[in-house]
Amino acid sequence: MPTLVVNGTSMDFDAEPDTPLLWVLREQLGLTGTKYGCGVAACGACTVHIDGIATRSCQMQIQDIRPGEEITTIEGLSPDRSHPIQQAWAELDVPQCGYCQSGQIMAAAAFLHDFPEPTDEDIKQNMTNLCRCGTYNRIKAGIKRAAELS
Amino acid sequence: MTHRFTLSRRSFLAGTAAAGGLSLGFSLPALAQDAPTGDIPEMNAWVVINPDNTVVVRVAKIEMGQGTLTGLAQLVAEELECDWDNVTWSYPTPGENVARSRVWGSFGTFGSQGIRTSHQMVREGGAAARMMLVQAAANRWGVDAGTLSVSKGVITGPGGETLTYGEVAADAANLEVPTEVALKDPADWTIAGSRVLRLDTTGKLDGSQKYAIDLKVDGMMLAAIKQTPVMGGKIASIDADAVMGMPGVQRVVQISDEAVVVVADTWWRAKTALDALPIEWDLGENASFGMADLEAMLDEGLSATEAFVGNQSGDVAAAFESAAQVLEADYHYPWQHHATMEPMNAMALVTDDSCEVWVPTQNAETDLAVAAETTGLEIPQCEIHRINLGGGFGRRASAADYTVVALKVAMEMKGTPVKVIWSREEDTTHGTYHPTTKARMRGALDADGNLTALHMRISGQSIFAGLMPFALQNGMDPLTFQGLQADGPEGQLGYTVPNLLVDHAMRNPPVRPGFWRGVNNNQNAFYLESFMDELADAAGKDPLEFRRGLMQNHPKHLAVLDKVAEGIGWDTPAPEGRFRGLCQHMGYGSYVAAAAEVSVDDRGALTIHKIVAATDCGHVVNPQQVEAQIEGSFAYGLSAGLLSQVTMEEGRVQEENFDTYPIVSMWEMPAVESHLIPSGGFWGGVGEPTIFVATPAVMNAVYRATGQRIRELPLSKHDLTPQ
Repeated sequence: MPTLVVNGTSMDFDAEPDTPLLWVLREQLGLTGTKYGCGVAACGACTVHIDGIATRSCQMQIQDIRPGEEITTIEGLSPDRSHPIQQAWAELDVPQCGYCQSGQIMAAAAFLHDFPEPTDEDIKQNMTNLCRCGTYNRIKAGIKRAAELS
Repeated sequence: MTHRFTLSRRSFLAGTAAAGGLSLGFSLPALAQDAPTGDIPEMNAWVVINPDNTVVVRVAKIEMGQGTLTGLAQLVAEELECDWDNVTWSYPTPGENVARSRVWGSFGTFGSQGIRTSHQMVREGGAAARMMLVQAAANRWGVDAGTLSVSKGVITGPGGETLTYGEVAADAANLEVPTEVALKDPADWTIAGSRVLRLDTTGKLDGSQKYAIDLKVDGMMLAAIKQTPVMGGKIASIDADAVMGMPGVQRVVQISDEAVVVVADTWWRAKTALDALPIEWDLGENASFGMADLEAMLDEGLSATEAFVGNQSGDVAAAFESAAQVLEADYHYPWQHHATMEPMNAMALVTDDSCEVWVPTQNAETDLAVAAETTGLEIPQCEIHRINLGGGFGRRASAADYTVVALKVAMEMKGTPVKVIWSREEDTTHGTYHPTTKARMRGALDADGNLTALHMRISGQSIFAGLMPFALQNGMDPLTFQGLQADGPEGQLGYTVPNLLVDHAMRNPPVRPGFWRGVNNNQNAFYLESFMDELADAAGKDPLEFRRGLMQNHPKHLAVLDKVAEGIGWDTPAPEGRFRGLCQHMGYGSYVAAAAEVSVDDRGALTIHKIVAATDCGHVVNPQQVEAQIEGSFAYGLSAGLLSQVTMEEGRVQEENFDTYPIVSMWEMPAVESHLIPSGGFWGGVGEPTIFVATPAVMNAVYRATGQRIRELPLSKHDLTPQ
């Protein structure tokens, strides 16, 4: 049985090799924090980290994941919601419906790693995940707050 | 204890009509049972207090991002005088509501009604519970209840002795529920009216909140659905054998003339097989319908002689005859899709004598009625599990099409829970779309530039006609005139025009309409507030001054408009290269206005530098959540204004996903400055109203910046490059 290293644990699964990582996470590994939004890498709700790089998992087939690559999902971002992005999100009450927020948080965490002192323009250029409730301004404020907390 | 009754689907759907803000009657027979459920005795329907002092507030409305859950809990906690840090919440089920004579009222969560239609009952629930708890303490101490004081869930006796709510809750639950309770003056609120954080955030930070699409129950199967690509089309044939051998596939079920599902052990396998399933369609008479047909249909209505009258005063024809100047312009508002981030889905488990549904729904009582009707079971045999929504926006308010589908599949596989998930493409192409209309705006000005007459002819689609024709009134859809009516607490025109006619030539294309956040206020505000600027220009007047001249009888409308004018600095020149627009509208009981400051560069690219918004919703229960709704409304409203539209060709919706149905992203999102100016004395909604003013404020500013009057949305259809 094939395996993936997810949130530091090696996990077995049963899926065809062209199955998107998103659906292996959700349906085989029970990690439903990663969301299905569009299936075409347009919305970012399915964002996870692969070796620290923010990746839209709906367009990543499991056969393209190389042995040893480490996948981190929202469930594994921190053990206790202590990542600066999660702390800032809580402080500012960022989520509304919350459905896109796993992806937003994963995208923001990777972004903050690359841009530890982000400007508004950096955020605008790089935070491309969609939110239908329109939490963008709080996401922006949350990233800046997280930068202070980091 | 129970007795049989017939619950018609119609009575539920009539309740659903309130989505548009109407007060249609909602009579529902009740079971002869009024007993609470659960291990811990409740204070009343709204409040349960555990021995550890935690307070469970029962919430009848459903949370879909709008913050109603927290706001309603604040109102209960305010009157209960409990410690906010001890507050948690739970959802009663529709089955419980019916069994208890609908003690929680309507579960319907739409029309920005969550708080404004239930504040009285939830506050009374909190106050009654407090009185019972105090009485229980008084009884224990053998003193008069009037000698006790209470703060943060601790009752203090005349001698300074204390008891916590948790310590007296069991006694209190046995006391009679007081029938007369006094509520606090909102001026004395401490929990309500404050910027407390939401109660439901934690699970949204670590992926632990389960949406319906995430639920997993033992033995569950997954289904992917394909529905007729053309409204009215039918399945001619399906070759199920072609996919039965594919991995994980369990069944191919044709659930109606119009839809087929593939059931598999995972959704991805179901979808993969569905994509491979050979299906022949008989597309029917709408298979040639396209935008040219729509244009012709709507254009004909613009000048049709017959139309339903929504608001009328004076003698419009005579006023146009004697006008010094007549201005006319046609506007168009396209179809929009809700595009909830969580695609449509529902799970059902049906047996010979029971039915359970897990569904993200804005009105679970409708789903309960649908469950009984679809399965043929009795209401008490059915139950709906309410799950927080990954967005609703009206898509999950009335049609319950997803619930019907899940039930039909589950009826074919009795004893097996089946969850049906729509692909994004299937979701986008089978929506209940924001109705499309055109408007012919005609205004008459006298020699001094005063507006003497206004005729607003709306031509196009009716939501009621398409979704719930029984709600029509002698053929008329009164909801079409949202925000344009002469009076009423729900919404009223903010201008006094001496000669006025607002009428509607109903033209219904073969596309299913629905309630889309803001509903008909969206296009009505766009039409009227854009044309007000056109009239102001024709009159040679400043847009704010021109409006003010018509608003002296409408002080609340005027107050929000003045507020945004002040906030944007209307009286001072905009910075070099920037231009401003403003507008106002009233709907869902609230007065809203917006002002925008924009620039357009030499490549025609629009930048919205700043938005100033103002809301008078009477009372504000949680300022930071009202601000969140206002900000979010610009993302939702400007998606329609700037970027998105649904179009039809050959009877098919052309947009399928976010690549062809773009919505506002971080890139377009403007900075928003919100002003809350609650004037008290009424309760207005906040989930939708700001949507109305998002687009016209920006389009009025775009006109100042470019000289282009945008009369057809979205803006992306237009080239703003300077000529």
